[in-house]
Amino acid sequence: MPGKELLQLNVNGDAVAVAVRPSDTLLDALRDTIGLTGTKRGCDDGSCGACTVLIAGRPALACLVLALTVDGDDVTTIEAASAHPASAAVQQALVEEGGVQCGYCTPGIVLAAHALFAEYPAPDDAQIVAGLANNLCRCTGYARIVEAVRRVARATAAS
Amino acid sequence: MSTCDDRSEPRVEQSASTASTASTADTEPYRETDPAPAVGRATPLLDSRERVSGRLVFVGDVRLAGMLRGRFLRSPHAHARIVSIDVSRCRALPGVHAVITGKDTARRYGVLPVGQDETAIAIDRVRFVGQEVAAVAAVDDETAERALRAIAVEYEVLPAYLDAQHALDGCGPPIHDDRPRNIEKEYHHVFGDPDEGFRRAEVVVEDTFYHPRVTHAALEPHGTVARYDGGGRFTLWTSTQAPRHVQRGVATALDVAESSVRVIPCAVGGGFGGKSETFPHDVAAALLARITGRPVQFIATREEVFLLHRGRPESHIRMRVGLRADGRIAAVECETIQDGGAFCSYGVVTILYSGALLAAIYDVRDLRFDGYRVVTNKPPCGPMRGHGTIGARHAFEVVLDRAAEALGLDPVTVRERNLLEPGSRTVNDLRVTSYGYPRCLATVVEASRFRDKYRRLPRGRGVGIGSSHYVSGASNAILRGRFPHTTVALRAERDGSVVLFTGAVEIGQGSDTAQAIIVARTLGIAPEQVRVVSGDTALTPVDLGSYASRVTFMAGNAALEAAERLATKLRARVARHLDVPADELELRGERVRSKRDRAVSVSFLEALRLTAEEEGCLQTQGAYWPPPEARGGRFPGAGVGPGVSYSYAAQVAEVEVDEETGEVRVLDVWAAHDCGRALNPLTVRGQIEGSVWMGLAQALTEEQLFNERGQCLNPSLLEYKVPTTLDLPRLHTFIVESDDPEGPFGAKEVGEGSLAAILPAIASAVYDAVGVWINDLPITPEKVLAALAARADAKDGTARAHGASTLRRPPVPHPRVRTTSPEEPDRTPARS
Repeated sequence: MPGKELLQLNVNGDAVAVAVRPSDTLLDALRDTIGLTGTKRGCDDGSCGACTVLIAGRPALACLVLALTVDGDDVTTIEAASAHPASAAVQQALVEEGGVQCGYCTPGIVLAAHALFAEYPAPDDAQIVAGLANNLCRCTGYARIVEAVRRVARATAAS
Repeated sequence: MSTCDDRSEPRVEQSASTASTASTADTEPYRETDPAPAVGRATPLLDSRERVSGRLVFVGDVRLAGMLRGRFLRSPHAHARIVSIDVSRCRALPGVHAVITGKDTARRYGVLPVGQDETAIAIDRVRFVGQEVAAVAAVDDETAERALRAIAVEYEVLPAYLDAQHALDGCGPPIHDDRPRNIEKEYHHVFGDPDEGFRRAEVVVEDTFYHPRVTHAALEPHGTVARYDGGGRFTLWTSTQAPRHVQRGVATALDVAESSVRVIPCAVGGGFGGKSETFPHDVAAALLARITGRPVQFIATREEVFLLHRGRPESHIRMRVGLRADGRIAAVECETIQDGGAFCSYGVVTILYSGALLAAIYDVRDLRFDGYRVVTNKPPCGPMRGHGTIGARHAFEVVLDRAAEALGLDPVTVRERNLLEPGSRTVNDLRVTSYGYPRCLATVVEASRFRDKYRRLPRGRGVGIGSSHYVSGASNAILRGRFPHTTVALRAERDGSVVLFTGAVEIGQGSDTAQAIIVARTLGIAPEQVRVVSGDTALTPVDLGSYASRVTFMAGNAALEAAERLATKLRARVARHLDVPADELELRGERVRSKRDRAVSVSFLEALRLTAEEEGCLQTQGAYWPPPEARGGRFPGAGVGPGVSYSYAAQVAEVEVDEETGEVRVLDVWAAHDCGRALNPLTVRGQIEGSVWMGLAQALTEEQLFNERGQCLNPSLLEYKVPTTLDLPRLHTFIVESDDPEGPFGAKEVGEGSLAAILPAIASAVYDAVGVWINDLPITPEKVLAALAARADAKDGTARAHGASTLRRPPVPHPRVRTTSPEEPDRTPARS
């Protein structure tokens, strides 16, 4: 394949090897080459956070990461989020608290929250608000999203 | 409730303390035996598991075998003639499957019958920066981009009209030959006797207001996938709130029968009005699919979303309100000039809404409205949440406050003195059925302790009040005719489940779930037993679309009728089976049972089976027509404004203003919304909070800026300044229920009516805090500093004038409209 190079990733626990162009972002690779479309494209300039994934456990904006720069890394996307207790709890809380409307920002929100709980097992309000500040939502006004994450934080703190 | 001295990080009130329901009627129609009381129970969206797990399929996620990617070449000029266009080099590139230009898409379309002014690709003239000039279908994005660079276009640049004043003055050829004054439409309405009203007024306050253009900024960019079957039929998967309008537009543009275009709405990643019509990509994708024989996908970039726009127009408003000595409104006069961009879209509706709803919150008897929709060389505007009402409402509320102050009245008292009555008609013939506004006002005034705070908070801290409302579905459809506005069909399955077919599109607002709740409540089953199929034009009956806040009321009533008809069938069959009169039977608790003796019953499943054994597939339908008396008056433009019902909202904002930096920080918002009845308090709350939030953004940060060449300067979510969690105030939400007499279970609008109130609430709170009115939105720190400096200058006679020079854009003067002749169309005064 002219102009393409081999990218090897561990995506959600699966070893994946695909050919990508040097100019392809991780978002291009995930959505268009690997076929995992749960990660959303909202801006392509890092403004919106809809493409948030975890690279080696840390949150990253897939639209700003060149795919070949993460060759060999572990990548976690929304498709695997329910396998992790913290993000599964956040998903459930978003459902019950009304923290999801159109659902376009939600994959990014879930992974940002996942990263938040990895850093702070029981985040306080300031940490929650800061942890979600890179993720735009246009439907909810954020209040129900923050409340959903706070509910998980309270449950974690109590356990 | 937390105190306002709490300056810790912004946070959200716990739901238990804020999602209060102030009900005006008995809310407990259910008995203990009902396992699933559907109406009034917080019900997560039926597909919310998909929504939180990335499994929803949006248009950008669609992958079809052999699918090509479509891209547009766009105009770099605001106004120019296309002298020549050469696509030969482009067409010859490997990987390019088709190229089309304006001559391939020559048929005009537009969402309004009076606005058939668009073609998918410009024909011989471009009218805004970003207008489509050619389109390609290629094997991938990279090839498509390369192909666009190989198209040679020669332009002859024309003088461009970049603001309303410029367009109204005219200096070169008009933007459209049939609009010689660059006015799309103007209306002049007079109700009662405003001149006499102002003469009787004790105080009269007048001022001008400017609202820059703002946009929906839905997180999901627009897009479409089109497939052609080779035999004359198209299938479009698209991101739309109004599949029937897309179907009509594409069919018109391609000159094919509507039935040959099937539109399947994908999951919609945010609408807010921005996906309510046919877009150039819908037409181009269909055409390119027919030419290439392969599916074609267009997905807009974020920059392209800003160029597609269809958002709120720039508006210039002159508002005049007179109050009598007793605080009653003596007269209202409003001039609205909207810069609507290059094409009509919904523009005629937008300008009419800005006048029609001036009289539907307060009792206004003498009213004058002059509205001008101006054409300019900027991206076309369209409908956006609170369509047409936002600027007018902001101006009205602020001028009302100022008139009240001049009279020595506080903002609450002046509103209390001007209430309407449920069951009344406004001076411009709008029918008010239910009216929960007084309750909304009382609720937020009490919860915020407004009267303790107003004019009493320390300097730099202030409270303000705002009110708003919106139609609960427009009484007159875009396409006139005797058809119902919506039809909903039900099919009962042999396993006891029910499938609901509705043309109303779920866009995250919860309409699928709301209709399921109505059906479930009527059939005595759980909402989760209802599967909803929505939007697909080949499967669902005609519905006009998810806009104008019409779905809960109209599709809800149709769903209710369909469910009642199904219930009637089941009762009749079970009556024979159990040998009891049919009218003695009720559907409750997943059973069809005797009201007298609950032991006499069959299960819902058994009832379905008994009926289906005799009838075959069990299907019913319901439809909704607005009542004739809700359709408004008989003057030019009277068709826009009448709704089948109206929602009401009142809000209080508490702000802190830093006089050193000019920063306005919203600390708390108390928001009450009269939604008739909350079918689903979870989604009702979501709509109220989302509306408040979107209005807050318009009040404080959002604005599309253009340079002198007509180029959008901030076409990104970052530079456009969409707020984040860091801007979150404490939000206290109250649901008010007024039980609309015609709404399904009393329900009416909740999706838009709460947006406008927050703008005047914040503006008024800033005045309470530091004593300056900012009429030019958004209320940025620079404008606050400039206003404070101007006030200081005026006081001590110096001319420091600092502040004004730091403005991101200079203040915009209110345009002057020159009347050319005394006999213009639509100048007929309207009297009721």
